[in-house]
Amino acid sequence: MKFTKITTPLFLLAALISLPGCQTNSSKQLLQTSESQVKMRSIQTRAFDTTDKNKTLRTVIATLQDLGFVVDKADETLGSVSATKLDGYQLRMTVTVRPRGGQQLLVRANAQYNLTAINDPEIYQDFFTALGKSMFLSAHSVD
Amino acid sequence: MIKQRTWYLWCVAVVIVALAGCQTIPKDALKLKPESLQKRALQTRMYEGVAEVDILSASAGVMQDLGFNIDESETKLGLIVGSKERDATEAGQVAAAIVIALLGGGAMAIDKNQKLRLSLVVRPASADDKQRHLVRVTFQRIVWNTQNRITRVEGLEQPEIYQEFFDRLSKAIFLEGHKI
Repeated sequence: MKFTKITTPLFLLAALISLPGCQTNSSKQLLQTSESQVKMRSIQTRAFDTTDKNKTLRTVIATLQDLGFVVDKADETLGSVSATKLDGYQLRMTVTVRPRGGQQLLVRANAQYNLTAINDPEIYQDFFTALGKSMFLSAHSVD
Repeated sequence: MIKQRTWYLWCVAVVIVALAGCQTIPKDALKLKPESLQKRALQTRMYEGVAEVDILSASAGVMQDLGFNIDESETKLGLIVGSKERDATEAGQVAAAIVIALLGGGAMAIDKNQKLRLSLVVRPASADDKQRHLVRVTFQRIVWNTQNRITRVEGLEQPEIYQEFFDRLSKAIFLEGHKI
């Protein structure tokens, strides 16, 4: 009995603090990352054995369209494409393409679902599987 | 005993509230589905014997004909993005709102505004073929109701929309080709 008397207020206090996610200053979200940078980078990046940046970007755009995205922006010089999928939810994605050595291109994707960043490796893997099919090239993992 | 049960119920309640706050992405959000190919066919047309830049400029013309503003373009990647904001009131919803008001249900929120977006991408049909180009257009919209809440976020997939758009584009490309 005594145990519950003490734990109840403690538990409630803990719950009150933990429910809003301990966020005391929401502007800290600006530089927030949830996983280690190195880990996220490897989840979000693949290398392809091609040096044709324009064709790769066009293939990225085509793949995003296949997946139901509407392209928001693209820039060949920077090598970036941003797109949004609306399907009862909002999924935003940015894909960048840049050279790696003289033989390969690195493709990196990052996505957010409504208000949260996607950290699930499987979701990114699905994207790279779809992209690999359209590229007729296999996607290599990068460390 | 009773206190213990209450404590237990609190735990359960907190867990439920905490879980409801979690939003998880549908597992198949970035998977290609069988219907992806059908959509591609619906949203794509091929044009032969017209340069990419001419298709793009004809497309920009069609977008303006339809009242879209051009938000973004990158000709090096064959992309044009446009949007327009329009009325989203539908007769059915207004009728339902009137019936509910008459029955004493108060004011029901109905769809009011919508933002329609379009992105159009032109690309060569194949790497070594500069004569044939594929044009793919995709539409989506966000709808707000009279209380300024978002009621719909969706891609538009009615075949008629695409059919009409490409009918207009074909005419514009023809005119562009003949410099009229």
